[in-house]
Amino acid sequence: MSVANGRLAVQPGAGRSKRSSIWGDAARRLIRNKLAVSGFLVVALMFAACFLGPLFSPYADNKINMAQMNRPPSASHWLGTDALGRDVLTRVLQAGRISLTVGLASMGLSVALGALLGIVAGYYRGIVDQLIMRLADLLLTIPSLPLLFIAGALLSEWKVPPDSRMYIVMIMLAVVGWPGLARMVRGQILSLREREFMQATTVLGLRGRRRLLGHLLPNLVPLLIVIATLNIGGAILSESVLSFFGLGVTPPTPTWGNMIDAANNMIDFEKRPWLWIPPGFSIFATVIAINLFGDALRDVLDPKQRR
Amino acid sequence: MEALLDIRELQTHFQTEAGVLRAVDGVSLRVREGETVCIVGESGCGKSMTAMSVLGLVEGPSGKVAGGEVRFGGRDLLRMSRQELRTLRGHELSMIFQEPMSSLNPVLTIGRQIAEPLREHLRLGRKEAMRRAVELIREVGISRPEQIADAYPHELSGGMLQRVMIAIAVSCKPKLLIADEPTTALDVTIQAQILDLLRGLQAKSGMALLLITHDLGVVAEMADYVIVMYAGKVVEEGEVERLFREPRHPYTQGLLRSKPVLGQVREELYSIPGQVPNPLELGAGCAFADRCEFAMDRCRRQEPPLAPVGSDQQAACWLHGKEG
Repeated sequence: MSVANGRLAVQPGAGRSKRSSIWGDAARRLIRNKLAVSGFLVVALMFAACFLGPLFSPYADNKINMAQMNRPPSASHWLGTDALGRDVLTRVLQAGRISLTVGLASMGLSVALGALLGIVAGYYRGIVDQLIMRLADLLLTIPSLPLLFIAGALLSEWKVPPDSRMYIVMIMLAVVGWPGLARMVRGQILSLREREFMQATTVLGLRGRRRLLGHLLPNLVPLLIVIATLNIGGAILSESVLSFFGLGVTPPTPTWGNMIDAANNMIDFEKRPWLWIPPGFSIFATVIAINLFGDALRDVLDPKQRR
Repeated sequence: MEALLDIRELQTHFQTEAGVLRAVDGVSLRVREGETVCIVGESGCGKSMTAMSVLGLVEGPSGKVAGGEVRFGGRDLLRMSRQELRTLRGHELSMIFQEPMSSLNPVLTIGRQIAEPLREHLRLGRKEAMRRAVELIREVGISRPEQIADAYPHELSGGMLQRVMIAIAVSCKPKLLIADEPTTALDVTIQAQILDLLRGLQAKSGMALLLITHDLGVVAEMADYVIVMYAGKVVEEGEVERLFREPRHPYTQGLLRSKPVLGQVREELYSIPGQVPNPLELGAGCAFADRCEFAMDRCRRQEPPLAPVGSDQQAACWLHGKEG
């Protein structure tokens, strides 16, 4: 291990301050990566703006103002107003709240689901493994977008109220998101459980739960962090696509996707770019930034990619 | 007195495409309380498989313990439920491995890993277990135990890691410690320290030690009783001094002759001719016959049983068949 890291084994005399843990080491290498740092800053900025920004906006109440319809950017409306006279900047930030929350929550759900099922499948094997992995295969054979479309169409058919659609969309995204993750986790577990240190825990007579949560799971944490980060971007994108087609979160709840959809006609597209450029750019910047950061995280954390 | 560990006619078989591989073929041995027994033999002679079988670690689709009895403290390990076996492992019956580097979890601190069996078997709380872990690190001769407890395995040298492994293995004061080539992966100066440590711990706690090694130097230094294995069988066993002075089986003789002796100049070090036979191709006779300089017709036809030769010594060889 020490040789593989390209570092000599540190003798205990080397002193506490220089002691390197896996995390300290990773953090240091991450900070040296400019793309990762800028990615992280963009994401952090986006979060801060979306969650704090609307508090300072005089237009946060979303009141329809017929006197101010479709105005171009000006001093009072920095990004102009939409067809109902609402401030675009405020709406973009409020939409960001929803989009980011949906992205985060569905990522959290799918990582939890995928990791749990993957660990159970890989550790206990046998019939449990077969059941879980065949279910995952089944979900993976159906392309996720059509699946989401059908689910979205059903939601509209059943007239689900707009405010609860947001939560249902989160769950939908998690359901299509977990199989790939479970596969990866299961693969890791299968190789980890045969490693000598896991055999050593058998010899020590540790019970299954302790081996699983105390010894296997910590080895997966880096992998899970990387997958989770990269998944947020994907989830935001999927949510935007769904909402763009009117099958995800529906107006009046704003999301980046349905804001672009509102400008989805020739006149708005050509004459009123302030309606669709801000939400479009937000999606683009957020997803790119998250992916850059996630990639860098993978470089420092995923042992498989380690040089 | 009843032996602490009593293995009788142990059979461990592996199902391979070419047939049944008898990795351990009718091995019997006993370890009394506080005693050190060494199993010696070349690679692939079944030493490690014997240990694995005792701990119930032979599993999976191809391998299984096919017969025999393993009694530990009067109870048959082979007939125990998984639960019972689990509570025994790491508590009364412990083991250390050859490779300390890969036997420790790379992402957990040393202290945490020592604390695990304490929490599992002795039901200590987190803080109490960590306190004990630090004490154990000190007991195995590592300075600055508090710092080491917070360190990760990759920060320690191989010798220190083996000390840590020993600390983990003896944490619950086992009655028997099985050490599978504990010094093989370490350099020579560290080897001696590790053996000293094992002996010291043994003297203090009175635990028995089943030491598996291919190094006769280790045997001479540690053992009370020696078991020589060849091709899955015990070919000779005896009290250590006797066996070193008067090896009866040609294989033991060969092993002893192939060891360099300090101060003695020899043109070339002796080595036993030939290779360990493929366990799938063993015939009816003595497995060592093809490499044995004394081999007779009888050796190829009939397998010699393990029979007493003098007191406290047994050998499986036709050369001694009529004696004793």
